[in-house]
Amino acid sequence: MTMASPWPTASHIDPWQTHSTRIAAIADETEGVRSYRLRFDDAAVGDAFRFAAGQFNMLYVPGVGEAAISISSDPEDVGTLTHTVRAVGNVTDALARLTVGDQVFVRGPFGTPWPVDRVMDRDVVFVAGGLGLASQRSAILRAALPGTCRHATVLHGAKRPGELLYTGEYDAWRRAGVTVATIVDEGGPAWNGRCGLVTALLDDAIDDPARTTVLCCGPDPMMVGVAEKAIDMGVSIDAIFLSLERTMACAAAHCGLCQFGPLFVCRDGPVLRYDRIGLLMKVPRL
Amino acid sequence: MQPPPIHSWHWLDASDLQAVIDALRGEGRRVIGPKVADGAVILGDLVSVAELPTGWLDEQDGGSYRLRQDPAAGSFDHVVGPHSLKNFLFPARETLVSFAREDGVWHEQAAAPPAAPLAVLGVRGCDLAALRIQDRVFLGNGFVDEAYRSRRERLFLVAVNCRRAVATCFCHSTGCGPAVEAGFDLALTEVDGRFACEVGSEEGARVLSEAGIVDAPLSTDEAETVRRVPHDLASRMHARQATDGVPRPRSLDTHGIRDLLMANPEHPRWDDVATRCLSCTNCTLVCPTCFCASVQEVTDLTGDHVDRERQWASCFSLDHSRMHGQPTRSTTSSRYRQWLTHKFAGWIDQFGTSGCTGCGRCITWCPVGIDVTEEIAAIRATDGVTVAREEASS
Repeated sequence: MTMASPWPTASHIDPWQTHSTRIAAIADETEGVRSYRLRFDDAAVGDAFRFAAGQFNMLYVPGVGEAAISISSDPEDVGTLTHTVRAVGNVTDALARLTVGDQVFVRGPFGTPWPVDRVMDRDVVFVAGGLGLASQRSAILRAALPGTCRHATVLHGAKRPGELLYTGEYDAWRRAGVTVATIVDEGGPAWNGRCGLVTALLDDAIDDPARTTVLCCGPDPMMVGVAEKAIDMGVSIDAIFLSLERTMACAAAHCGLCQFGPLFVCRDGPVLRYDRIGLLMKVPRL
Repeated sequence: MQPPPIHSWHWLDASDLQAVIDALRGEGRRVIGPKVADGAVILGDLVSVAELPTGWLDEQDGGSYRLRQDPAAGSFDHVVGPHSLKNFLFPARETLVSFAREDGVWHEQAAAPPAAPLAVLGVRGCDLAALRIQDRVFLGNGFVDEAYRSRRERLFLVAVNCRRAVATCFCHSTGCGPAVEAGFDLALTEVDGRFACEVGSEEGARVLSEAGIVDAPLSTDEAETVRRVPHDLASRMHARQATDGVPRPRSLDTHGIRDLLMANPEHPRWDDVATRCLSCTNCTLVCPTCFCASVQEVTDLTGDHVDRERQWASCFSLDHSRMHGQPTRSTTSSRYRQWLTHKFAGWIDQFGTSGCTGCGRCITWCPVGIDVTEEIAAIRATDGVTVAREEASS
């Protein structure tokens, strides 16, 4: 049956709308991981492009494809975007071959943000496994601002010391009042820090569980471990947020590839409260 | 000529139906309808009523579809074949956006002009239900899929009230048929070689008027008799009983089905069905509501032109859940669980409706005859049984 248009064309966002950007700077972070600062070709588009900490973009390399990558820059830093990317597939390998001045298309932002605007009277504990810290950097920069939260802590775990991310920024975060602690699986002879799982850092980081919010991003089993330990320590299940990663083609809850139980990770996530996903995360191969 | 009022009923004979097709084609529409091809009733381009499957009946069962001729069969006494509206509104392959490189700079290309508007003839209650479901997916989900919307808005629907069901039909269980209640431009009910046509929209009235059909209204008694046709079928479907030697008539207990499936992710039936399931994806291809898709880069030889092509994807393929090179749903058991649980449970969370219309296509076109109604009944019969959970790998 012919039907009247329920949404006027001009008033909704076409999820396939791309924006052309150029790589303005590339920073080598760790082996195989680089940060790309992107500047919009059209300054007006750049000015209008706003995102919230924790959201992601689809980065497109023509002829190669798209990948969903979290935005790592400060949301207040209008006009440019920073994405920290590990070269692990077709698209991210193609990104790794690009240089300053090369073209990358962006569409977004998509997904749910970290709840950093709702933690004014709370202790916020960021827990990141490996590259998971890239999805949290925007929110950490927000949490470091006076008045955002009572206290912010960053707990970062990695396989090896060389895989710890953004190490050059920890001093600045600490000067802003953020506690930063790191831990690695395998330290090696030059490592003076702690060895073990990132969950081991929670004991010292949470001292008022009723007023603590945990924000976690990393591999699924690590996030479950963090969430369950936080609950054991007295953190409320509705104060624990995880950022999930799934492969997706559209980011608009149409392609179905990122489904996790009844959730579309692209639209309902990537940041999801643990009470919505805890049971699902314990089902093998969901 | 004054168009007939909405909800008025008119008698059409075959030549009148031809006039309707001609009127639709005359205004530039591509007319799609049922026709016999390759041993099945498919949906294809229709020019003449002579192409309709008049005199053909289909017999369907798990993993079985056969056509036979019956001189008593009308033009629409077959039921649904492998195609549905999905094949036309959400085609299996479609370019979403194109890019071209000039002087080393890539530009997004202007969208191609929309294809001719569609008119589809012979759409059943279950297919209208599937359309309402896909509308929620592509139009009512927070984001609008422009390609779908462009076709959907201009779609003209000639529905058909079924007067016959096959063993795999269970629309009476899902509430999706067999009567077509709303959401059509014209609806046909075949009676004694004629078609009682209900006007469902202003657009439908206009097209009837264009076709010159305004002067053969049904009497009140006739309309009452005609209205009863699909409801009589529904009653017969509810009363169907399994009989030795004929395909088992399907039905589905949908009571609390969302909670039933959500509560049983580790039921042993998933492993049981996995010993039969070939993971072939047929069920997702013929399902009129399955919407999963991937996007492929299609480049020309110069590398300076690329189409971003959306292609149907299936949760039965390993690629569907592949992340960092590894499929999350690595077993047939987990993939079948994904499909069935999504269709009958997750869909309700996502779209406020089940994803199943009771059309039975997934049963018929499953090469090993796996039957969703049987799988769900088996889980319901042993609700809460679990397999021992494997040890976490890390």
